[in-house]
Amino acid sequence: MLIFEKGQEGRKMSILPECDVPISLPKEDDQRKKSLHLPNVSENEISRHYTEAAKKAYGVNDGFYPLGSCTMKYNPKINEYIASLPGFAQIHPLQPEHTVQGCMEVLKTTEQYLCEITGMDRMTFQPAAGAHGEFTGLLLIKAYHESRGDGKRTKIIVPDSAHGTNPASASMVGYSVISIPSGEDGGVDLEELKKVVGEDTAGLMLTNPNTLGLFDRNILEITNIIHEAGGLTYYDGANLNAIMGMIRPGDMGFDVVHLNLHKTFSTPHGGGGPGSGPVGCKNLLAEFLPNNLVEEKNGYLFKSPVQSTGQVKSFYGNFLIVVRAMTYLFMLGKEGIPEASKHAVLNANYMMAKLKDVYDMAYPRTCMHEFVMSLSRLKKENGISAMDIAKGLLDHGIHPPTMYFPLNVSEALMVEPTETESKETLDQAITVFRSLYETAKLNPEILHQAPVNTSVTRLDEVRAARNLILRYDFSDKETDKDDTEN
Amino acid sequence: MGSFVPATDRDKKEMLSAIGIDSIEDLFGQLPQDVKLMDGLNLPSGMSEMEVCRKMEGIAAKNTVFPVIFRGAGAYRHYIPAVVKSVLSKETLYTAYTPYQAEISQGILQSIFEYQTMICELTGMDTANASVYDGAAAAAEAVAMCRDRKKTKAFVSAAVHPQVMETIKTYCFGNGMELTVIPEKDGITDLNFLKEHIDGQTACVYIQNPNYYGSLELAREIGSIAKAADAKYIMGVNPISLGVIKTPEEYGADIAVGEGQPLGLPLAFGGPYIGFMACTKELIRKLPGRIVGETVDFNGKTGYVLTLQAREQHIRREKALSNICSNQALCALAVGVYLSAMGAEGLKQTAIQCMSKAHYMANQLEAIGYPVINHGEFFHEFVTISKVPVEKVMSALEEAGILGGYPLTGERAGQILWCCTEMNAKDDIDRVIGILREV
Repeated sequence: MLIFEKGQEGRKMSILPECDVPISLPKEDDQRKKSLHLPNVSENEISRHYTEAAKKAYGVNDGFYPLGSCTMKYNPKINEYIASLPGFAQIHPLQPEHTVQGCMEVLKTTEQYLCEITGMDRMTFQPAAGAHGEFTGLLLIKAYHESRGDGKRTKIIVPDSAHGTNPASASMVGYSVISIPSGEDGGVDLEELKKVVGEDTAGLMLTNPNTLGLFDRNILEITNIIHEAGGLTYYDGANLNAIMGMIRPGDMGFDVVHLNLHKTFSTPHGGGGPGSGPVGCKNLLAEFLPNNLVEEKNGYLFKSPVQSTGQVKSFYGNFLIVVRAMTYLFMLGKEGIPEASKHAVLNANYMMAKLKDVYDMAYPRTCMHEFVMSLSRLKKENGISAMDIAKGLLDHGIHPPTMYFPLNVSEALMVEPTETESKETLDQAITVFRSLYETAKLNPEILHQAPVNTSVTRLDEVRAARNLILRYDFSDKETDKDDTEN
Repeated sequence: MGSFVPATDRDKKEMLSAIGIDSIEDLFGQLPQDVKLMDGLNLPSGMSEMEVCRKMEGIAAKNTVFPVIFRGAGAYRHYIPAVVKSVLSKETLYTAYTPYQAEISQGILQSIFEYQTMICELTGMDTANASVYDGAAAAAEAVAMCRDRKKTKAFVSAAVHPQVMETIKTYCFGNGMELTVIPEKDGITDLNFLKEHIDGQTACVYIQNPNYYGSLELAREIGSIAKAADAKYIMGVNPISLGVIKTPEEYGADIAVGEGQPLGLPLAFGGPYIGFMACTKELIRKLPGRIVGETVDFNGKTGYVLTLQAREQHIRREKALSNICSNQALCALAVGVYLSAMGAEGLKQTAIQCMSKAHYMANQLEAIGYPVINHGEFFHEFVTISKVPVEKVMSALEEAGILGGYPLTGERAGQILWCCTEMNAKDDIDRVIGILREV
């Protein structure tokens, strides 16, 4: 039941005191005439409504969440407490600098930590999500080439295994995209790369380890090929959790990088945001970063780079997300950061080892923090798709892996267990995966029907797109006085 | 050192043996040796939870939390009902992922569907998306969605928030749209300039109402000029003002956008905030970001899914109009709870209180020699000239624990942008007046 269907006309909460000054209203002509339908509910009804919503949702706190390329690690509760401190939550973004030295210390210190982890020189926190970071990083690349009067660089090279946002971001910045296929080992095909690189190459976008869960062994050669052609290299930080503290994008030859604080640095996903996608870069790009970098000089002050690309959103980014990430970084520190990566990789390889005799691995070699299974054989022999296995997992209280991605593996399921899961959890999941395989072989019909233990069964997505219902319709509740009343 | 890794030495040993290797390091053998970090990171050691707690509390204490605030300029302090925080603290809701697996995400999808409905109701428009990063990004995305092959120019009023202007500029630098700034005249958008310069290649006209200086624009007239040139009309609005002021739909807008922070989100030093976007039926397929739609399951039961994904980067990849995937779902949840708690009547009362307090304060300021320079109507922000140096005014207020209005710069140096909300009691306003009388 939607919240609009609960409550009664006239029911409400008492939030506001009486107005203690004379009333001023807009001129008649500027006053709202259109009716406004909002819920008429008590606090109790609101509270129960969202408790019910929580029961019909699934968070990291509810169980195993092995979602490839999304790093759904546990979200430490200390992060939430710190982010709720009035000294962070109740600060106006336009307070004078001397009254926000704590906030600026958060930005500066987190910048220093993340620059050390990525091997970059400077970092902006303005981008609000990974894709927003991609957009910002590509703007830096564009501004760099333009500042040198190099107008012929119009193309961005992106591997076919890349995240879908990579080509979309390149397009938003006015670049055309050259997609290059992966080689037999799952890495970038060097011969293909050499064929397409040239005077029109603005840059390359890459994540390493890539979305097949593999570390590209030729990485130094790849970044070198791009640099020799005069292009720049962009590191998509979605998979940083596999390598932090072990190797750095900056040392692998990348010029610009975005991070996903909500992935690698344990800030909650919130059902799809707010995230944070800070962008780091080498010095050659720093003068193009967005406004308001924090400098330290007898205290902290904001300074905008001379050739800044301006703003990609208001103010300084999703600040409270940065606070959470910094809390996490302080806890882990020098030793804990690589420890997290090591165990993320250990967990993934363990699960892969325990499943590879039944499920086909797309690339059966040592993986990083995630691995990709291909269910095309199961599909052919038993009619069971990646979707069917995913929906089967729902009935066992496990969030499914990423489905049908990467695009270059057919019937792909991409599993990322993360370092915060215990061996017992992994063992249970392995048992479930194996039993679903048995079911697929012996009793496939059950999986076509899955899920059955959820609040709704499989939903008709085609109908949703054909017969668009995108809001609640109040029209049958309208009375004739509506739209004339004030 | 803090750690969230549960593996014991014994677990580790068993797992390594299942893989068939001796040490975790073997898994990293494929990394190029010459760039591998041999000495580790140059960072401090990790800390226990208690140490981190103390340290972070200490850093937070270096900020000044003003008990009284008369500053807005794009970020507004409103009362947040306690139930908002209570709902947002539900672990399942704040630790969930983007709801791709609809069957176990109905709570989140339904809350977004409710949010979309509320944004449509507020703005009067037909369809809303599931939110974008913030008001500035919403404005920039709205401008970008109006572009087509023949229409590549955008007209943006000089009286919009400067950071919104900056963000639109940045997106235009990216996508190659030509941006024209419509100058302001007497603190509102100059209609004559727009009339003279708008042409057939104009994709859209963007204004903010109330504008950066708090004034109401001649919004209906601007819409007519845009329509006559076959350009889309985008209005940026303050959502609280819609409790009492005409909706973008009533002013003839095609797209309504804005900063949703006033609807239940704390100031938070600028973020996370939430951008809302709503449009007419005709533009649904150009609306960026996530959209939730209603459908049915195998058994005919009503349910919700992410829909219209063909517009997005999953399918169109390099042809996608926007790269937005993760939005501000948890913030959208806060907005939904806030608007449920306020109800239509509560929102209207909030708007009226904001406006009334601003007008009361404006009158008081004028009486002590701070003339208001807004010519026409204003909502909850207004600009005064300061007869004494602005820094002196601000310091005097700061000493009393009050964050004064925002000092404007450039051509408007010496002017102050004041803001009142329902949070500003008459006593506090009178206190400000008393202090300024002394300065």
